[in-house]
Amino acid sequence: MKLFTKSLRAVDLVLVSRPLEYGNSQKTKREHMKNWLIAVAVMAAVASPLKAGDVTGKVSLEGDRPAELNLPLDPSCGAAFKKFNPGKKPKTRFYVSEKGGLGDVLVVINGIKGGKAPTKPHVIDQRGCEYLPYVSAAQLGQVIHVLNSDPALHNVHTQPREAGNAEKNLAQLPNGPAIKFDYQKAERFLKFKCDVHPWMYAYVSLVPHQYFAITKADGSFSVKDVPPGEYEIEAVHRKVHTGANYKGVKQKVKVSAAGGKADFTIKLQ
Amino acid sequence: MADAPNNKALHRFAVLTALTTLALIGLGGMVTSKGVGMAVPDWPTTYGQNMFLFPVGQWVGGILYEHSHRLLGSLVGLLTAIMACWFWGRHARGYAKWLGFGWVTLGLGLIGVRTQGAFVALASVSLLVVIFCAFKLRMAKEPIMWWAMLAYSLVLIQGTLGGLRVTQMKDEIGIIHGTIAQLFFLLICVLALVTSRFWKRVSEQDSVEVGGLRKLFLGVSLVILLQLVLGASMRHQHAGLAVPDFPLAYGKVWPKTDAKFIAKINRERMDPREFNEITAGDIHLHMTHRLVACSILGLVIWCCIAARKESKSPLLVKGADLWLGLICVQAILGASTIWSNKSAEIATLHVATGAICLVWGGLLTILAFRVSRVVRSDQPPGVVVNPEDRTNGVDPLLVSVPTF
Repeated sequence: MKLFTKSLRAVDLVLVSRPLEYGNSQKTKREHMKNWLIAVAVMAAVASPLKAGDVTGKVSLEGDRPAELNLPLDPSCGAAFKKFNPGKKPKTRFYVSEKGGLGDVLVVINGIKGGKAPTKPHVIDQRGCEYLPYVSAAQLGQVIHVLNSDPALHNVHTQPREAGNAEKNLAQLPNGPAIKFDYQKAERFLKFKCDVHPWMYAYVSLVPHQYFAITKADGSFSVKDVPPGEYEIEAVHRKVHTGANYKGVKQKVKVSAAGGKADFTIKLQ
Repeated sequence: MADAPNNKALHRFAVLTALTTLALIGLGGMVTSKGVGMAVPDWPTTYGQNMFLFPVGQWVGGILYEHSHRLLGSLVGLLTAIMACWFWGRHARGYAKWLGFGWVTLGLGLIGVRTQGAFVALASVSLLVVIFCAFKLRMAKEPIMWWAMLAYSLVLIQGTLGGLRVTQMKDEIGIIHGTIAQLFFLLICVLALVTSRFWKRVSEQDSVEVGGLRKLFLGVSLVILLQLVLGASMRHQHAGLAVPDFPLAYGKVWPKTDAKFIAKINRERMDPREFNEITAGDIHLHMTHRLVACSILGLVIWCCIAARKESKSPLLVKGADLWLGLICVQAILGASTIWSNKSAEIATLHVATGAICLVWGGLLTILAFRVSRVVRSDQPPGVVVNPEDRTNGVDPLLVSVPTF
């Protein structure tokens, strides 16, 4: 934003203020030309971040997804679930899908660096004996806060697969303070679970840069502010793309100031 | 060992301890079957509180099973301590008597400290005591008291392992914990057996030939123990049912385990318990468990036939027949575990029955040694050995216990 403001000021200086100020002399014309060149150079220098675009698209699901199952909530959790989700039935969320799309897919651009980790924590909450959001992503270095909005005891048990990310299991009292996690290694779908209520899970992907997104229920996504260029973009669903490293569907995407487009089809067969 | 009337109370107490241990194994099985082993993340405290004072109102969800398991484990520890003192008080002499009492008191006292460090220290010393007990068993005049002390030391180790499994978050410790539980149960049942009137009656039976039954029973019992270790390993993978159908496996005699197939089954598996992903290793482990189960069935049938052929002891024949019955029940429970998609209740029954199968095999082995020992002895048939008639301080019945 600062760069943008600077460049506007330079343009203003060259095109508007200086010609009026220096008149028509040979000297002033040369200076005017010089200023033009400076302005172009400044514009060129600041132009590339301005051209960053959003990569948008949709992840479609091909094939019949299995029916979701009822969650075996105990009475106390059943009451808490009703309180937070009136009229909704507690179900598993393996294949979240609307309008032919597939939700909860991690879309990530590979081979790119950039972006400072946000200082604002990534928050997941336990509400009605469910983890919300169920699947999410944070930038590596961003602190993860786990809340307990339930009137029930939970334990927050992380089960990382990546060496260097330690497994932790901590008690959390009803409406207790947030538990903070600060993992140092990038990892896809790091599992957070509650052993008191074995149906409670959340998955948080830790991405080493800022260029990622999680698809909505209709499969749509938008990866923000990607610098122009050609990249490999990958869509990974934690249930479809099982295995040690969660390798998903990949394709190339060209990004310009106008953005880029990448649609995926994930097949269930 | 005293005669039957004097032993009645001790025997009953040992039976009570054995039954409580069986319940504890069942509850432990339920904890793993429900996948709630980590529901109480701290130990020896429970959610930061003294576990004996943890409010009943908070025993909800997985906490109910895990916390009950801990409390029942403490009860078994206490019962074992009392039993060890009981045996020790009856049989130990001189300074050894007070040394034993001192060890039990120290153990109970340190448990009261309720810190992880105290437990680990206690378990380390217990391991040394177990080794010492094993050494003494080979030469002691009163081995039964060493068996009891071994049981007490083992229960201290077992409790600590259970706690460390939670705090260290290591499934390997869970497998060892599950295996020691079976051995401990067997040991307590042996103590209950040798304090029974039945044990005395066995010694009064006419001489019988047992042929190679002793080794056969022992070998089959060891195979059952191996099977229980395999079962514990399967359960601690937390991968649910690696093979969901029976008698076939994914519709085949032996399932595929290539990466594509594994990915497919993980993709299609839907379970609210959200088990860990199945791996090829899990499938191999599951199939090995099935193969060993079939082997055990065949071996126990062989035991029944051999008991009839090689021994004229109706006790061993009946015992082997009952063993076969138990194995059949266990096989049905194993199949039902699969058919019910690993229902926690059925899987737990499968665990408990597995423990009973091992104990039955172990006791039968001891009885086979016992009967054969009577044959080897110079006692004429029908002569009753008075257990209180100690010659040179040696109880002949007691000597027979560790040397079976």
